[in-house]
Parts: sequence; C-alpha cells; structure tokens
Amino acid sequence: MTAPVAAKTALKEKFAQATDRPSADHDAVNVPVGEVVAALKYLRDEFAFDLLMDLTAVDWAEGASPRFTVVYHLFSSVNLGYIRVATDCTSNVEPTAPSVVDLWPAANWHERECYDLLGVKFTAHPDLRRILMWDGYPYHPLRKEFPLAGIEVPLPDSEVGVETGAAVIAAPMAGGPFVASPGEINLTEAEPRAKDESWSDRRPRPDQTGLKQFKG
Amino acid sequence: MATEFSIPDSAAKTADAEQEFGSEKMALSMGPSHPSTHGVLRLQLEIDGEIVTKCDPVVGYLHRGDEKIAENMTYNQFVPFTDRLDYLAPLANNMAYAIAVEKLAHLEVPPRCQAIRVLTAEMARISSHLMGLGAFGLDVGAWTVLVLSLNQREFLYKLFEELTGARFTTSYTRIGGVSRDVPDGWLENVGKFCDQFLPALEEILSLLTRNKIFTDRTMGVGVISKEDALAYGLTGPNLRGSGVPLDLRKDKPYSGYEQYEFDVPVGAKGDSYDRYLVRGEEMRQSVRIIRQIVKSFPAGDWYAKDARKIFAPPKDKVLSSMEELIQNFMIVTEGPQIPAGEVYFEAENPKGILGFFIVSKGGGVPWRLKIRSPSFCNLSIVPKVCTGILISDVVAILGSFDFVMGECDR
Amino acid sequence: MVSTETEIAYNSKIEGEVVVSRADAVINWIRTNSIWPMPMGLACCAIELMAVGNGRFDISRFGAEVMRFSPRQADCMIVSGTVTYKMASQLRRIYDQMMSPKWVIAMGACASSGGMYRSYATLQGVDRIVPVDVYISGCPPRPEAILDALIKLQAKIKTERSASNLFKEA
Repeated sequence: MTAPVAAKTALKEKFAQATDRPSADHDAVNVPVGEVVAALKYLRDEFAFDLLMDLTAVDWAEGASPRFTVVYHLFSSVNLGYIRVATDCTSNVEPTAPSVVDLWPAANWHERECYDLLGVKFTAHPDLRRILMWDGYPYHPLRKEFPLAGIEVPLPDSEVGVETGAAVIAAPMAGGPFVASPGEINLTEAEPRAKDESWSDRRPRPDQTGLKQFKG
Repeated sequence: MATEFSIPDSAAKTADAEQEFGSEKMALSMGPSHPSTHGVLRLQLEIDGEIVTKCDPVVGYLHRGDEKIAENMTYNQFVPFTDRLDYLAPLANNMAYAIAVEKLAHLEVPPRCQAIRVLTAEMARISSHLMGLGAFGLDVGAWTVLVLSLNQREFLYKLFEELTGARFTTSYTRIGGVSRDVPDGWLENVGKFCDQFLPALEEILSLLTRNKIFTDRTMGVGVISKEDALAYGLTGPNLRGSGVPLDLRKDKPYSGYEQYEFDVPVGAKGDSYDRYLVRGEEMRQSVRIIRQIVKSFPAGDWYAKDARKIFAPPKDKVLSSMEELIQNFMIVTEGPQIPAGEVYFEAENPKGILGFFIVSKGGGVPWRLKIRSPSFCNLSIVPKVCTGILISDVVAILGSFDFVMGECDR
Repeated sequence: MVSTETEIAYNSKIEGEVVVSRADAVINWIRTNSIWPMPMGLACCAIELMAVGNGRFDISRFGAEVMRFSPRQADCMIVSGTVTYKMASQLRRIYDQMMSPKWVIAMGACASSGGMYRSYATLQGVDRIVPVDVYISGCPPRPEAILDALIKLQAKIKTERSASNLFKEA
C-alpha cells in the first residue's frame, strides 16, 4: 500500500534517528525513546493512524542490551495500512518509556498490562497499577528470569490463606513442558523427557510443602 | 386521599441531595461472581442511589499466563491454548493463530484448507453471536432468547463434533494446514443447518427487535461516538455499531475471504440497540458466506504439502517410510521450525479484531507471543461509558459489548 | 416391617396411607433430588454447564436446573473453569457463605488440578482451598459427564448420615 510506505519514509526524513527494523510483514521502524511520542503523534496526525492496535514490550533476556523494547502497532482505518514502531528502553534494570495515553486513550490499559507483566514504567500515565495480577504481587511474570511455574508468595487475601493453609505455590511442572532441546546432536539427549525426575504429581519433592488437599 | 409527591432527579441534584438528605455515595462491587458480568469481570462501582458515578473495572481474574506458556511450548503445542481465548468461537482463534505463524514462515496453504478455515470461522461466528445474543437477552430478562439460541448452538456443536471430534475447544488447525480433512457428507449437513437456521434466527430476533421492553432498555443506552470508539481501540461489532465500517474480512482480506460476497452491517447511533442489530445481521451474512463456500468447495490438499519441517506428513507415510518418520519426530518434539523475524497478524474474530504479535528467534518455540485481545480493548471504554447511568443500564451495556473474559485476561 | 436395613416399608393393609422409612432415607431423598447448583462459572466449562441446562441434556430431570447465583440459596458449587490465585479468595468466600449441607463439584481439568495451565497464576486444583466431593475430568467435560457426576454425587449423598448431622455444628 502506498500510504504506509510513504508514512515510513516521511517518518525517517522527519526524525533523523529513526532506522529500519527488519520485519516479516508490515513496515517497521526503530525510534529512540526520547522521540517516540513525537513520532507517534506525527503518524497519527499526518497519516491518519487513528487506531492503536497494540502496545507491548519484548524482553530480550538478561545480558542483552538494550533489554526491553516497547513495540507499538498502529493501524489506519482510512488508509488501511499498518506500521510497527519500536523503541528501546534506555535502562536495562528499570525500564521506562513515555506514555501515549494523551494520543490514544486505548493505551491506558495496554500500558498497565506492560507494567504489570514486564515492569516497564510509563511516565505520565494517569493510573499506573497492576491490571492482570493482583496489587501487591511482587514480581513481573513475563520477564525471562521469572520461571513459568512461578515463585511462592502468600495468597492475595491473607484471611483465606490462613483459613485454608494455601499459598501461591510454584506449579508442579513434573519435568514439563515437553519440548525437545533443539540443536542437540545426540538424539537421546535431545528427546523431551522429564528434566527433573525427582518429583511429579504423585510424589512431591522432599523439601516442598507437598501437594495437600484441603479436607475442610 | 391521594398525596402529591415528586421524585427528585438525583442525577441533576446530587449536591442538593447530599446536603438535604445527608446521603453519601456507596461503593458497590459488582462481580467477579455475578450472573450478568459474563464471566469473571469485577466492576467497582461508586453509586449514588441508582446512578453510577464512578466505574472501575478490575480484570485479571482469569489471567492464566498464556503468553508465558507460549514461550515454553512449540507452535503446535500452543494451539489448544488459543482455543480457550475466546471460548465461544474457538475455531476462529485457531485460524488467526495459524495464519500468523504461517506468515512468519512465508507459507501459503492450499485453497481447500483456506476454504475449510473460513467455513469453520464463519460457523464459529454464528455460534459466538448466538451466545452473545442469548446472554444479552438473559441479562435484560428474556429467558426464551437464551434457550432458543442455545438450541441452535447445539446443532452447530454436532457439526463441529463431526468435523473435529470435540464439541468446542476443538484445536483443529495446525501450522500449515488443518488436522484432518472434511468427512463425507459433512458439507450437506452444513447446508441443512443453514436451511433451518435462518427461519429460527428470525424467530429469535423477532422476540427482541420490536420488543418494547428491550428497546426501552437498549435504545439510547451506552452511546459511543465514532471518535471515542476509534480512540479507545474498539473493534468488531462494537466499532461497527458506532458507524465505522471497518471489517478486516473486507478491508484486508485473508485466507480467501475476497472470493465471497457478503455485506458488512454498520450501525448509525452507536447505542446498545445498534450493536445488537449489527450482530443479528452479521449472522445472516455469515450464512450467506457459508452457502457460497459449500457450493464452491475446492478440491485438493488440506495442508501445505511442501511444508517440510513445519507440517507433519500424513500418518500412513509416517508409519512406513523412514524419512517421514524422522520428520514427524522432529516436528512433534522440537516444533515446526519457523524462521526468525517479527510478525503481527490480525483476524476479524466475532468479538473484534484478534491480533497475534510473534517474535521468533528461529526454532520451534516463539521468543515472545503477544495476543491482542478484542475484549481487553473493548472493556477499556467501560469506565467512560458507565458513568452517570443507572445500574440496570450497566447490565444492558455489558451485554451489548459481548466480551469474554478468557480472551480479555488470557 | 421396618428395619434399619430397609429404606422404605409400605404395606397398605397394615399402615394404610402411611409410608414408614428411616429419617436418613427421607432427608437424603429430598436432598438428592433437588440439588441446586451454584455455578461458579469462570471459563469455558461454564458454557458446557449452560449446555447441560438446555433441552438436549436436560439437567431438569435431576431437579438441578435451578442455577442459583446467590450462595445462600444454593446447595452445590460447581466450579467450572480455571481458578486463578486472584479469584481463589473470592471463591473461598463464596463457599463460606453457602449454607450447609453443601457440596462441591470440581468440573473440568482446570478445576480438578490446574489442567493444562501449569503456570504462575493458576491455582493447581480447587481442592487446595475447598473440599471437593466429585471431580469431573475433561476439557471441557461433555454434558453427559456432568450428569454422570451429578449421579455420583447423588449416590454419595445417599450414604450420608443426615439425621444425626442435622443438629451438629457445620
């Protein structure tokens, strides 16, 4: 489509530090974090990108720098084109990005979710609190160092926790999920098998609190 | 002796009422276990009598960690999780996910596979809208609508079961095709379903469309302007009800939608009644598409034959030939090998636009998978729409939004 | 002749219009044939729970079509769907509000054991916070499976010593 191509070239002309981003489908640009609000405003006003379809972030794992990239997907209901705008957060430990709630109110919940799951703080957001996990959950689950099974914390409601003796526990993975380790030459090593066979749902780990049923 | 009294209009005289009667606002938590909130949505309302002055939705009661799970599973292992996003139209979610991954792999599926996917997606659209209609009717007090639409859904379940093996949560698609071909006689059954469905739909809609109680409860209630709808990221029938004619099946066609003729209903006023009418009409248009597909169903393969390392070969070859056996083993254990890159694909699901943003570093497991959920975005306008109205209007508006919490919280 | 083994004894020549039975049998008969479910409909299983109430599967035959969302009015909480940790506290509170006798059916894989969602946010089985009477497997279970579970629950209730429990603290 001509409109988004024109949008990308115009954006790169106006913002000299914007670079191409490799993409399998739509046009994509990298924009430095200091200019991203201006760039998005430019796209919205000049090229009629009136729908903010998605706002998310990618964690490139500890050790990568930059570690967090915030990705915006814009769609124009007038020109019917997409564009992807990506910006790297400057800090790898406490990532921040400017909020675009003034441009599209749709960003409100998306940014809250990004903060909740990945810990990216959006400056000037009117109400930045957790949305999917409960207030007071201490971790950011989608970060790469957080295990899928979770980390043990008390239940959000302490009364219920005391009454039932339950807590937020690490889910018993029983060695799963069953995906082969790629790139192994020795197929026996590569086969998906229980990586930790010391415990399962029938036999709890010796040091764990155990899988108890609440008998009322 | 009759006494004359007037009921004060509390919305207009809130300040006076507070001083006069010493009344104060009350905090009411509607949900998460509530018959009208369509799942586990919690609305923290601040009410002044019957008028809602502030509304703060709390979502996340069904957050199961799908995106984190996706980072640990192969692409094919994730298909059952996509079923349970919008669990009223699982086949449509399956299709959106499969096409997103296929775009990343630059894979084209043959026309028969595309036709199967579109056919099942349209049947899922009818199923989802029927449930939405039934739940909406139930919320405003029309029990019969729910029972009749559930009845029609049972016919659809029978068809899904014949095709996929499960009533719903089918996990039918795979990356590069679908899991099995259409059985003999199934297309005739689909045609028979359509023949009996249209009169039944007219009967269901006739219970509500000119029903005085229904129109009083929904006309002019929850009006969303065009600008608001676009600014808040609404999509699907909610956006079209507000007058924006955006339908990805027409505007950015995928999977062969451009071959079929159908109309896209667009509302005029943006109130709950318009959204209801849009959904009713969409069901009729879906039947139109289904009839066209059944008439012109292409022959051929139901999976991409040249997709080595992505789609497992057919079982008879796997059990007899070494090369296919190894291929099957690699695809099942390591996952379909998708090249590195980023892709964002959106499909027009019954609830709105479902988008998948997939970042792959090569291999069989994605690096990041973000699900752009229509219900999540549709619900973000609730704080704005649900202020200054009666509590019963909140119920009518939620019913007209037709959201699903499995999708919203993922 | 009434004895402790027979549930019901009726001989019109002797008793006339009177049926003699054990208190347990009568109370259990009443309870089993009018189990009012409290549908804790959380996710996909709730749709199958609604389907079991329609005409094709007809939970009315068992007297259980009265789905009461208020815990005060319900007997059996059918946990249908994934229970997350965020929702777990609300679920326990609602269970506490139900009047005894009360039973819990864990419907589906997610309620029984966390299902396929072995993640940081999902409660690995609702039996960690409420005592469960019947587990139904399936994802989602067919409506026939739900009816089967209801029959099993009825069989379980029939073995309860209701008369002696009547005056006990819950």
